[in-house]
Amino acid sequence: MALTREELRSVAKLARLELTDHQLELHGRWLNELLARVEELQGLDVTGIEPTAHSIPLSNVFRDDALRPSLSQTEALANAPEARDGCFVVPRIIED
Amino acid sequence: MAPYTDWSISEIAERVRSGEVAAADVAEASLARIEAVDDRVRALLTVTPEVARAQATAVDRAIAAGEDAGPLAGVPVAVKDNLCTHGVRTTCGSRILPQFVPPYDATVVARLREAGAVMVGKANLDEFAMGSSTENSAYGPSRNPWDLDRVPGGSSGGSAAAVAAREAPAALGSDTGGSIRQPASLCGIVGVKPTYGRVSRYGLVAYASSLDQVGPLARSVDDSALLLSVIAGADPRDATCVDVPVPDYRAAAAAGMRGLRIGVPREFFAEGVDPAVGALVRAAVERLCEEGASAEDCSLPSVSYCLSAYYIIAPAEASSNLARYDGVKYGHRAGAHAGHIGLMERTRAEGFGAEVQQRIMIGTYALSAGYYDAYYRRAQQVRTLIRRDFDAAFERFDVLATPTSPTVAFKVGEKADDPLAMKLADVCTLPVNMAGIPAMSLPCGFHEGLPVGLQLIAAAFCEETMFRAAYAYERTTDWHTRHAPL
Repeated sequence: MALTREELRSVAKLARLELTDHQLELHGRWLNELLARVEELQGLDVTGIEPTAHSIPLSNVFRDDALRPSLSQTEALANAPEARDGCFVVPRIIED
Repeated sequence: MAPYTDWSISEIAERVRSGEVAAADVAEASLARIEAVDDRVRALLTVTPEVARAQATAVDRAIAAGEDAGPLAGVPVAVKDNLCTHGVRTTCGSRILPQFVPPYDATVVARLREAGAVMVGKANLDEFAMGSSTENSAYGPSRNPWDLDRVPGGSSGGSAAAVAAREAPAALGSDTGGSIRQPASLCGIVGVKPTYGRVSRYGLVAYASSLDQVGPLARSVDDSALLLSVIAGADPRDATCVDVPVPDYRAAAAAGMRGLRIGVPREFFAEGVDPAVGALVRAAVERLCEEGASAEDCSLPSVSYCLSAYYIIAPAEASSNLARYDGVKYGHRAGAHAGHIGLMERTRAEGFGAEVQQRIMIGTYALSAGYYDAYYRRAQQVRTLIRRDFDAAFERFDVLATPTSPTVAFKVGEKADDPLAMKLADVCTLPVNMAGIPAMSLPCGFHEGLPVGLQLIAAAFCEETMFRAAYAYERTTDWHTRHAPL
């Protein structure tokens, strides 16, 4: 189940990683090696086996919908690469 | 100066609480030791002398005022650098967070502080806790105090090295596939991964949310039990932290071995495990039987599929958790870029190391449309099989005994070119995280001068049983009293 160049590019796009052709090739090699390794799982009979997402028997844990102290705006912006007027500054998102 | 750096956690706390010893003096001894050896050990990414002195002063003031300074009064502690520390740089061993200063403390950090502990530094780790040697740290590897040419293990390698080098008697690490236990084994100390949900993950930078746990590293079973009792317990800030009472782990440890049934699963002694390591572990089991336990071989067949299942599940969860590092709210932001998507793509390519990028790629693929069922869902079904095997074993046995690591510490660079070989380092530890049960590593001997660890595994929320077996074994040996010659 080896990945094609196109598939790799598309995974990188989903992962928001800008990879050079060389890096894509390296990642491709590693991914294909790992996929070959995990192929052994395909041979297992898992009919009727429920998947385990969490190892503890908890379902939705709620708290009261009551106001509690939280981070101030200043604290939340303190590590921002760029901030202005109480907002995080990012490149323009909506095109004209 | 008294040899504070040789004292146990409980000894320091007792003497500081009684007023016999000043927390300030203990802190200075720890800082001096760090100064003397850490340029070689490289356990700490950030040393925190001001924080340590301020915390120690607060403890001494409380004692002078007749207040209770807490069960860890004056105890120096190193904190793995993927745990948020308010006002103190937290890098996760990554260049994507070079100057991130958290605006809050992780719950476990706050609990240590409230217990009177004194933070001396942030410990090195494989980037975002992905790795088994600290060689994936963007800031360089840590070294094993037993042999500086060798790795301390990972990902909590800095934490383990700091304790083994006597920079601090206590450290916090995190364990997703073995990252506390394996370095503890390689560094000849004790490391505990609690039951999933036993300890709050609030403020632990997430790697794989269904596998991560915070746990203690220390030089003895009693010390590790004390640390766990301080950090364990319900936390409204972590919805996966279970509200189960925290027993007195130290008292449990002292309860003795008689009647304990030990299972020895043969899959953990298979090909790939150094025979010398296997022999030392089996000798430890025999010693336990001499103390009143009984032992029997057993089998956990689905364990052999664990590596494959883990390397789908953990990267999948990581790809989701690491999506937040996009250059927008904190951390590194790329300079020149094309638009907001380009900004994220370049930021992440520049900030993440190769191993992290690899895991994000495999995780993204495994979760993508068309592949989710074949990979992620199937791996989760294998996870159920692994859990069932352990449940069946715990009907017959109280603890399972295995090697922690298939080998002793390897040389820096030895496995760097073979990512799969590196991952095999965790083959004995991964199944425990997949099942969500507790396990610990403690020293059981030396092979060619390097420490070997015994792993004890217990059923969910049965840490007491694990500590009982560990303490009973430790009492009959002196491995834990040996110091790395540094």
